[in-house]
Amino acid sequence: MDTPRKTVGLLGGAPRGTPPRGKSRRRTDLTPYAFLLPGVALFCLVVAYPLSRSLQISFYDWAVVPTQESRFIGFDNYLRGLQDGQFWLSMANVGVYLVVTVPGQIAIGMFLAVLLDARLPARGLFRVLFYLPVVTSWVVVALLFKYLFTTDGGAINWVLHDMLHLVDHNVPWLQQRWTGLLAVCALGIWKGVGWSMVIFLAALTGVSSELKDAAAIDGANAWQRFVNVSLPAIRRTLLFVIVMLIIGGFNVFISILLMTEGGPAGSTEVPLTYMYKQAFDFLDFGYASALSFLLAIVIAVISFVQFHLFRDDAIGARR
Amino acid sequence: MTSTPQAGAYTRERVSTAMRVTLLALGSLVLILPFLYMAGTSFKSNAFLFEIPPRLIPEDPTSSNYTTALSSNNFGRYFLNSLYVAVSTTFVVLVLASTMAYAFARFDFPGKRAAFAALLGGLMIPAIIMIVPQFILASDLGLLDSLNGLVLFYSGGAVAFTTFLLRAFFERVPQALDDAMTIDGAGPVRKFVSLYLPLVRPALATAAIFTFLGAWDEFVWALTVIDNPDKRTLPIAIAAFQGQHSTQWGLVFAASMIAIVPVLVVYVVGQRQFIAGIASGAVKD
Repeated sequence: MDTPRKTVGLLGGAPRGTPPRGKSRRRTDLTPYAFLLPGVALFCLVVAYPLSRSLQISFYDWAVVPTQESRFIGFDNYLRGLQDGQFWLSMANVGVYLVVTVPGQIAIGMFLAVLLDARLPARGLFRVLFYLPVVTSWVVVALLFKYLFTTDGGAINWVLHDMLHLVDHNVPWLQQRWTGLLAVCALGIWKGVGWSMVIFLAALTGVSSELKDAAAIDGANAWQRFVNVSLPAIRRTLLFVIVMLIIGGFNVFISILLMTEGGPAGSTEVPLTYMYKQAFDFLDFGYASALSFLLAIVIAVISFVQFHLFRDDAIGARR
Repeated sequence: MTSTPQAGAYTRERVSTAMRVTLLALGSLVLILPFLYMAGTSFKSNAFLFEIPPRLIPEDPTSSNYTTALSSNNFGRYFLNSLYVAVSTTFVVLVLASTMAYAFARFDFPGKRAAFAALLGGLMIPAIIMIVPQFILASDLGLLDSLNGLVLFYSGGAVAFTTFLLRAFFERVPQALDDAMTIDGAGPVRKFVSLYLPLVRPALATAAIFTFLGAWDEFVWALTVIDNPDKRTLPIAIAAFQGQHSTQWGLVFAASMIAIVPVLVVYVVGQRQFIAGIASGAVKD
């Protein structure tokens, strides 16, 4: 009964002149909630509720079939995860991915950003081109790299074997653990450098050119100017990029799924592909939820530590 | 005497510019080469897929991969499915997130900080962690195998980030304009529609690009909940096609090109706003 009246009041605008005080106060009290309600309701339904449900499921031997009853088993799923060699292997693999792709994206992205940080012809064009892999779907680029890394007749092997003669046989890239991980890392760096470049470039353009000029007059070369002037000035951005790349690295999933399928024999599995298999191949929802929480805890701890460094550093930089 | 150092600096700057451009050109070539190779391969017939040496430009180009992909392999349908999902998601997210951003930026109310913190917390968590309970929820709601189900879950997933992005722009609207409209007797809805929305239009465009691309490219959730081949979106259709016909790369890449074209259009048209959006999210004080 009340709703239509309220809507009319909101839409029609208040009557001209000063409205009675009490009415005005009540409206300002309810208005923000009316604006928030639809979005918050959707967020709660699709994000908040599933998140709490996920925690609940992780403590059960969850029965997928509705007629069977799920059994509460406490921390058993978590203990099983901690003792699961395959899970630790997947963590080691994502560790390798992080160790290769995070410094790779930072170094190359920074290099490109420094090159672009000047008045140049075609600057906008370069920026667009470098960012192109970032906006392209993971599915398309993962399949593209699978094709490029094909053992017989693939373009990468042609370059290494027929053109440069660096290897004496065609490398079975995606059929072995280390070469498979390397191929996936190559894709991760190729797809990601544009993002770190754009962020670094935005930060570098904010670095005072007077400082750089002063350093140049003092005889500092380009490398010294970069290390002593630019790098300290963009320290916070650098830390931000590191945090985001590490969180993003833990999310590696589609490239593994489509390029190696976690194989051969599970040797290139990463936590998310392993979790996904537990959930939707073996229908072990309880175990999959526990694995995802173990991963979330690792990510949360790493982010927490980094954000602390972030904050201390910000304070340090301000002084 | 005085002209020599100046001329030296001038030459040095030109050499430096030339070196920068050369290095950048080489770098962008390396980054773009895989795309060019993919585009070339999409015009090759099966016989030339693994030719030695590999050719960037096909020797005997054919458009048959495109016609086959669109006609007998249903990619026209998948394209429309993706378009429907991405456009609907963008619309829903823009409506919900802009109203939320307005409330957070322009009102003080009990529970504001807690609500905003909860939204931010949702941003930190990798979405895939919730995939099991979300799957159960979608199944309970009868939203498996449903394009509208995809829209609902994509919108819910994107709304927090978009609210966060838009809030800063709503905050920048001068309070004096808001006050002037209040004096004219405008209520919050009229202010929202005829003052705030027009003023934050660039931010809305940025948010629309992000949301559209996110929904257009999404793979994991669609893979999990879509079983009916008629309901496939482009990413899962392409992956499924490659899985079934592992050697028909020409067709796979023709389908991929079809999927990439709208992304390119959206990105190139909106790239200035897009880049500004990324940079503003990261480097702000």
